[in-house]
Amino acid sequence: MKRFLVSFMCAVMLLGFGSMASAKTLKVAFNADPVSLDPHVQLSGGMLQYSHIVYDPLIRWTKDMTFEPRLALKWERIDPLTMRFYLRKGVKFHSGNPFTAKDVKWTFHRLQKSQDFKGLFEPFADVVVVDDFTVDIKTKKPYPLLLNMATYIFPMDSVFYTGMDEATGQPKDAIIKVGPSFALTHESGTGKYMVTYREHGVRMEFTAFPEYWDKNSGNVDKIVLTPIKEDATRVAALLSGDVDFINPVPPQDFDRIDADPKVNLITMPGSRIITLQLNQQRRAEFADKRVRQAIVYATNNEGIAKKIMKGRAVAAGQQAPHGYVSFQEDLTPRFDLEKAKQLMKEAGFEKGFTCTMIAPNNRYVNDEKVAQAFVAMMSKINIRVELKTMPKAQYWDQFDAKVADIQMVGWHPDTEDSSNYTEYLLMCPNVESGMGQYNSGNYCNKEVDQLITDAMSETNPAKRTEMIQKAERIIYEDAAYVPLHWESLSWAASPKCKNVDEIVNVMDFPYFGDLVME
Amino acid sequence: MFAFTVRRIAQALIVMLVISVIGFGIKQAIGDPVRDLVGISVSVAERARIAQELGLNDPIPVQWLRFVTDAMHGDLGQSFFFKQPAMEVILHKAPATLELVFVASIIILVLSIPTGIYSACKPNAALSRFFMGGSIVGVSIPVFLTAIMLIYVFSVQLQWLPSYGRGETVKLWGFWDTGLLTKDGLVHLILPGISLSSVMLPLFIRLIRAEMKEVLEAEYMKFARAKGLKPWRILLVHGFKNTLLPVITVGGVQLGTMIAFTVLTETVFQWQGMGFIFLEAVERADSSLLVAYLVFVGAVFVCVNTIVDIIYGLVNPMVRVTGRK
Repeated sequence: MKRFLVSFMCAVMLLGFGSMASAKTLKVAFNADPVSLDPHVQLSGGMLQYSHIVYDPLIRWTKDMTFEPRLALKWERIDPLTMRFYLRKGVKFHSGNPFTAKDVKWTFHRLQKSQDFKGLFEPFADVVVVDDFTVDIKTKKPYPLLLNMATYIFPMDSVFYTGMDEATGQPKDAIIKVGPSFALTHESGTGKYMVTYREHGVRMEFTAFPEYWDKNSGNVDKIVLTPIKEDATRVAALLSGDVDFINPVPPQDFDRIDADPKVNLITMPGSRIITLQLNQQRRAEFADKRVRQAIVYATNNEGIAKKIMKGRAVAAGQQAPHGYVSFQEDLTPRFDLEKAKQLMKEAGFEKGFTCTMIAPNNRYVNDEKVAQAFVAMMSKINIRVELKTMPKAQYWDQFDAKVADIQMVGWHPDTEDSSNYTEYLLMCPNVESGMGQYNSGNYCNKEVDQLITDAMSETNPAKRTEMIQKAERIIYEDAAYVPLHWESLSWAASPKCKNVDEIVNVMDFPYFGDLVME
Repeated sequence: MFAFTVRRIAQALIVMLVISVIGFGIKQAIGDPVRDLVGISVSVAERARIAQELGLNDPIPVQWLRFVTDAMHGDLGQSFFFKQPAMEVILHKAPATLELVFVASIIILVLSIPTGIYSACKPNAALSRFFMGGSIVGVSIPVFLTAIMLIYVFSVQLQWLPSYGRGETVKLWGFWDTGLLTKDGLVHLILPGISLSSVMLPLFIRLIRAEMKEVLEAEYMKFARAKGLKPWRILLVHGFKNTLLPVITVGGVQLGTMIAFTVLTETVFQWQGMGFIFLEAVERADSSLLVAYLVFVGAVFVCVNTIVDIIYGLVNPMVRVTGRK
């Protein structure tokens, strides 16, 4: 008997060690960590990265910008206002509660209450529960981006988040920006990982949920996320083997990491465009189309992409990159100094003029250097630019107040759709509708506005593409703004991570659930 | 001593009030905290509503009065980023900074006293010249550069020591996270500790050397030697004791400077201390945390200076006597 016990114990220990040896921990360093455990408290890249770890969306983007099923198995359009989603059965939340259609409805209503998300869900009417595993998502008008928005619906555990929280004296579903709330420190999603430790700004630990529905996913059992803000430290942490995966990689270290056999660098052209806006209300000169064109012609954005961005950016002639519906091959960067000088002459500004410019110095990659290069380029056509740069914490107030004649702004569409660029950056500014919220150039073209407005309720893809492309061409010919480049996205990982290039994507939320580690 | 202490406390309160005024003065200049709380596409109206809820639209004097009133009750406001009371955030981060300063101080003490005394006694020895030359180099290299070089050599190239963070910590008395009691924590302390001490160490070596040299010339040293006392006793008890006074004075002031230097060291090493969160608070326009931090650090400085004064008095009773006049 004793012998049996001993061998039994040994077997148990071996098994225990065996499973310990195969437990895979991924150590990740990002430049920031999620601001909250509540996915609806802020709409930002960091929060979406978090949502993809702890929650599961109805559907999600694939690498080639199509949709793949997650909690929704399939979907079909029932009428111009309705899309029906068939939900996956047998899915459990981390709390143990089963996932059903009412969680989708509940989450949708919460999104409509969230200060950050309500704008995106404005075109939506309601979610109707058909049965336990079928929901209809309805929009107010025909809405072409319904599926794009479904990638933002990460169903939350309605039972878990209902009721009063004794610690804070508030309802558990309250969305609170500052100060304690239940959802800030508790989570129950259907995702592959559960949050098992969190110290904001220091470390976050995620442990695999044993009852996760997707058995064909990656093999990482634990993720440790450390925010490392300092670029040099983040890179050093990877090179010294203290972490396995970093994002973003600072451009000045690209070559070094690329050359290092101990780590892999993955880069991908991104969709965030960096632009300069020319304020037509502040400067009569900028209201003249020829001057705007001259500025665009005088801007060597290929040179900026090559020299300042070290080839890790793509020079842009239009707002959305290749792969978006508005993209047209012939709308290319137009650097031609002679033509620029000639246009200035035609406009009667051969002698040039002096104007002001602001740019952030810690928001976009090399933003300050890019701005300085632009100033130097403008001097070639006798435009003297007085540049002022500042940290992003101060920048946006100045930007909103339109304090300078030329202002820098970068944009990546939340909807992953072309029209979003124009809606925020170039439509006539309108406080009521929120259109043109970041249009500090005061460009206003009724035709463009009409085309984009129509495109927002056009569900026929061919017609819609035609409208958006037409608008993009008008903007291009008008030289409505100065396009610079699309920033590239970058990740670096130790070779232990086998399929890094498959889990990263242009939206910049890595699907860690699919990662396979050695 | 009692009157002295009371006077110091009154002074401290005034200093902290002044600091809070300055804090509120620069609060507006560091930017709009609401921007950091919301996504970029959130509408102007929505942002205005949040600012109103947070009381950011009130005139600055009103906000300041509210802050001071709350501060009297021990409430320094809520950090926008951490979503916790600012005081809790600071106290939670304080052990990290204090342990770092503690380790750096130990390094300075252990290294500066023997090297200082040695180079004072043997000013022409090759080793002394090496120390002096090295200390010039040490003073001229900025902390963050030292830190990055250390990381490059010991973490990236040799892979001996960790490059960032505090490592494993254990909780003491329910609130103090210490890295001093675990092997992992101690290993993580080495590089940041050396970086931080690198600014002050050369300064102390030079100071001790200079003071010691002066003392060595003194009559009582000659007398002690003539009396035939043991050389080490002459050096340490008669000589070094008398160099201590200026060293303590400078040390007290430099301790404050060192806490300030932690900002750089902590940033490079991702050391989760007070200096690190201060810099981040500036970057995020987390103005409530910023003001709370300034007031808190103001209080610490005043306390440190008071304690230094008292120690000074204990070491040299003459000061206390003159202080009474």
